[in-house]
Amino acid sequence: MQFESLNEFLAMGGYGFYVWLSFGSCAAILLALFFSSLRDGSKLRHEVRAQMKREERIKKAKQQEQV
Amino acid sequence: MTAQHSYWQLFTSVYSKDVTLAFRQRSEIVNPLLFFLIVITLFPLAIGPEPALLKRIAPGIIWVAALLSTMLGLDKLFRDDYNDGSLEQLIASPYPLSLSVLAKVFAHWTITGLPMVLMAPMFALLMNLDSQALGATVLTLLIGTPLLSFIGAIGAALTVGLQKGGILMSLLVLPLYIPVLIFATSAIDTSSMSLAYGGQLAILGAMLAVACVCAPIAISSALKVSVS
Amino acid sequence: MWKWLHPYAKAERAYQLCNTLMPYFAVVTVVCLVVGWVWGLAYAPADYQQKDSYRIIFIHVPSAILSMGAYSSMAIAAVIALVWQIRNAELAVIAIAPVGAAMTAIALITGAAWGKPMWGAWWVWDARLTSELILLFLYLGVLSLYHAFEDKKSAGRAACILAVVGVINLPIIHFSVEWWNTLHQGATITKFDTSAIDSSMLWPLLINIAAFAGFVGVVTLIRLKNEILQCERHRPWVRELVGRGE
Repeated sequence: MQFESLNEFLAMGGYGFYVWLSFGSCAAILLALFFSSLRDGSKLRHEVRAQMKREERIKKAKQQEQV
Repeated sequence: MTAQHSYWQLFTSVYSKDVTLAFRQRSEIVNPLLFFLIVITLFPLAIGPEPALLKRIAPGIIWVAALLSTMLGLDKLFRDDYNDGSLEQLIASPYPLSLSVLAKVFAHWTITGLPMVLMAPMFALLMNLDSQALGATVLTLLIGTPLLSFIGAIGAALTVGLQKGGILMSLLVLPLYIPVLIFATSAIDTSSMSLAYGGQLAILGAMLAVACVCAPIAISSALKVSVS
Repeated sequence: MWKWLHPYAKAERAYQLCNTLMPYFAVVTVVCLVVGWVWGLAYAPADYQQKDSYRIIFIHVPSAILSMGAYSSMAIAAVIALVWQIRNAELAVIAIAPVGAAMTAIALITGAAWGKPMWGAWWVWDARLTSELILLFLYLGVLSLYHAFEDKKSAGRAACILAVVGVINLPIIHFSVEWWNTLHQGATITKFDTSAIDSSMLWPLLINIAAFAGFVGVVTLIRLKNEILQCERHRPWVRELVGRGE
């Protein structure tokens, strides 16, 4: 461990702002990209599911009409 | 297909059609030139009229203005043909599309690039460039503007099918213009220091040769995507 | 020789391949990211010249490497898509582009945050920074071209053509920018030589590079799966898959 205390770790020898700025923005971008990709996927699956349900409903309605 | 029409005839007919159309509508030739002139006028007004300063930044200004005014005509390069369906005819014709595309690019250069080259001495005088740099300006524009037409035509071909392709095209094309800009301005810079600038011209020429060969292929495949 | 590759041109097989590969990349990413960041931030010794500010290197260098690596893989996929007309390769191009753009953005932001304490300016027109910025423009160009098209099929092909044109231009741009820089102001940064780095700093750097590579892999796979689903959404296998709740 290079640092004695948590405060020293956060200060980064006086460069804390720059170091944490870059690590923070990096983490933010990585997380945003990851979660937006996941969300796109689940949205897509939701859409496909909704589409399937709709088609089923239409099918059922048609069958009832015939009856 | 009979060999009644040679490739050369195809080239000249496409070329002369585009040039004739442009000459009928003078604004297509005059407007980019006026734009070029106005952009150049803006800089001394914005930065200040000191001759030494203007001389220092003249190559950059002239070239940035040249880039922007080439962009003006690019959107029209394939747009009209796309709208009236003649682009589809060109694609469907038994002749290689890259050849007719080459003719169109040359026509675009004749309409926008060549007038700029011819007017360049005047612009250089406006910016206080001396006679050595003036020669370099004309030469770099002569080699560089066809290159701009080639690269720009790729972007124009990719965006021709889109409703609002104009701004997108400049986003696609301008980063690709950077090498041309760098070498052309540095050639003018070195020439104003009375050094030999043959190297930069040679690189520009090499890029033009590569673009001559590769760009028509890229343009024609992009056109096929846009039209289909 | 190509026989074993052929099935992956089919969307369903490619989708399954994504699923198989995903856990490996995920494990590499999570393990290396945690180890690399903790090691880099807390345990690696401070640089004797740059003190603790050099710790930015542990994210700056990996993201810069991956930004270029992602572009080259995108261009390879684009060439495959154009030459062999494989739809999945087109989808891969679209899947990689945002990831590469994010890597480029990280490299630029961390570069700026590192430049401020070291050179005293957020941005200098250094050759590497400039070509990285142009790389970002190229990525954004591919992405905005893709999103501008209504018809996703021609959008994919147009994006592929642009990616290939970009990769031909990239060395020229890089070379010209480097040359421009040496002409105008002389090199501003000392070259970061890997052999000159002590192993106590090299190891966390390598681990971080692996972590970023894994991350690019994971997110590309997720996005590729999305793209495949999007394009095959009316096929029975997608419906079956979604119906199973996957």
